[in-house]
Amino acid sequence: MSDTAYLFAFIAVAAVATFATRIIPFLFFERHTEHPLVKHLGRYLPAAVMALLATVFLQRSADWSAPLPGFDAVFAGVLVVIIHLWRRNALLSIAAGTAAYMLIRQTGILESGLAG
Amino acid sequence: MNSRVFRLTLPILFGYLPLGMAFGVLFTTQLDYAWWAAPLMGVLIYAGAGQILAVSLLAASAGLLEVFIAMFVLNARHLFYGLSLLGQFRGAGWRKLYLIFGLTDETYSLLTSRSRSQDTMHELDVDFRITAFNQFYWVIGCTLGALLGRSVAFDSTGIEFALVALFIVLTIEQLKALGDAFPVWAGAAAAGVAMVLLPPAHQLIGAIAIVTAVLLLQYRNLRARTAAEESSRV
Repeated sequence: MSDTAYLFAFIAVAAVATFATRIIPFLFFERHTEHPLVKHLGRYLPAAVMALLATVFLQRSADWSAPLPGFDAVFAGVLVVIIHLWRRNALLSIAAGTAAYMLIRQTGILESGLAG
Repeated sequence: MNSRVFRLTLPILFGYLPLGMAFGVLFTTQLDYAWWAAPLMGVLIYAGAGQILAVSLLAASAGLLEVFIAMFVLNARHLFYGLSLLGQFRGAGWRKLYLIFGLTDETYSLLTSRSRSQDTMHELDVDFRITAFNQFYWVIGCTLGALLGRSVAFDSTGIEFALVALFIVLTIEQLKALGDAFPVWAGAAAAGVAMVLLPPAHQLIGAIAIVTAVLLLQYRNLRARTAAEESSRV
């Protein structure tokens, strides 16, 4: 197989595999939309998935080898929660948390603060 | 309507642009393929972690069966997402296939969390535009990264935290809409267990499997309790 043919075959296979994971529930559960179990999962799963995505990605964006392990992400995350509970403006909460995280990361403010 | 969709998806723009660029840079610096294959993957595959995995699979000239299995397993968490959208996507007509195709973590999060009016057709149109805007940001990111390669100069370190912040905000919104904290604590605890027990590549699917099992148990208990109440009333 030539390089270009391999690349196209690769992209096609990867696209089909990814699309399969997204469409399978629609193919298998479409007729059971009204089933109480499907309704139960449909109602509670989004909140659970959101919380677990937030937890996993928060942990991954933290620097656990810093002098204050994980402080960068935890501080920014807590800031997002506080500002969101206060103003309930999604963009404001996200912008404030991201700006705080970028500042901590780019200036190394934590290390220099402790060392100095 | 487009300006409202743009406002809703702005956090995703901040996340997808740098992440798409990271993929594009990785693609051009690690591989010898033409730059346009990077945006093409953004158009046809459209999966963040999946495309980054694809770079290492391409570098290893992996067999196509291996590619299929690796991509399917990595994206297996999406198997659970459709469950919450079966009813919502009903009646979407020609848009439905694209809505399903575009169901990334972030799009799923927005579509299940935003407030909806009674006008189903209008809301489906908004869902469709949200999905398309998000993919557009991703493809732009892939293109820029692939074209600029190593010469990317501006310091955007940390901007991808926008996606973490988005997930936090949406968790709070879900909590307020449900009025029930149980699924949120169950989700966070499942993530904790998965992070302790599993390697990073399997943590998301592991956590989703655990929390789905917990929700199934909760369903069984609720059913048992309702049945007991009904029989005691008789």
